[in-house]
Amino acid sequence: MSNELIDFVLVSVALLGIGIYGLSVKRNAIRMLFAVEIIINAANLNMVAFGRFLPHSGGQTLALFSIAIAAAEVAVGLSLIIVAYRMYQNIDIADFRSLKG
Amino acid sequence: MADAVFLALSVITIGSAIAALELRSLIYGSIALMGTLGGIAGLFLLLDSPFVAMFQIAVYVGSIAVLILFTVMLVKRELIFKKIEDKRRKFAGIGLMLVLMVGLGSVILDSGIKSITTDEPAVDFRDIGADFLTYYWPALILMALILAGSVTGALVLARREDVGNEQRAN
Repeated sequence: MSNELIDFVLVSVALLGIGIYGLSVKRNAIRMLFAVEIIINAANLNMVAFGRFLPHSGGQTLALFSIAIAAAEVAVGLSLIIVAYRMYQNIDIADFRSLKG
Repeated sequence: MADAVFLALSVITIGSAIAALELRSLIYGSIALMGTLGGIAGLFLLLDSPFVAMFQIAVYVGSIAVLILFTVMLVKRELIFKKIEDKRRKFAGIGLMLVLMVGLGSVILDSGIKSITTDEPAVDFRDIGADFLTYYWPALILMALILAGSVTGALVLARREDVGNEQRAN
């Protein structure tokens, strides 16, 4: 196999940087969720890459757990965004400062 | 050295990650996010882990991206096309991203990762199944409970209080 571990890790670092940029600059709640997804995917890529090169099955197992938990997180996050949108008629997180009833 | 398939996949992945955050329309943004997730699935295939790649396509590209698309459609039209971001923070954010990339990248390049190569065969997916059912079985059960609980919680949260059951039946 011609690809080395360092290539995958560098792609993962780039994705992490993009995700952190999105989290710090964007105020759109759905876009922030995109950024979180990108960061989680960078972590998964790292786990699978290290698991391939060690080689150990733990990397893939952990990545599968992480994918399942991310699915649960997205479901809850999106429904929270929908509830907040219904309350404020906006998806700008600057408007979500007072989240009471 | 990396081969052409890897380069193409990483360009697709990183490019559509930037597009997902920067495109004006949220709908195009979520389609670009699908590109990122699909590119990651391709990278998993390159890493000889087809089981994780299949899981990634089924869960991320198949369900999460569609869920995000439907949520975007529930939002008002002018909000979909409006860019909401802090102008002042933009350059600080780009600077933070570059510092992170350069810093972490140089640390990783300086470490011993570069010399790691492997000639051993890839992990068989049977080993993953055995892992799930032997060492990780409590985590597997906990994960199932968390998934069920979070999906139920999402349904309860998104339920509208102002619509009665008789209206729902119609």
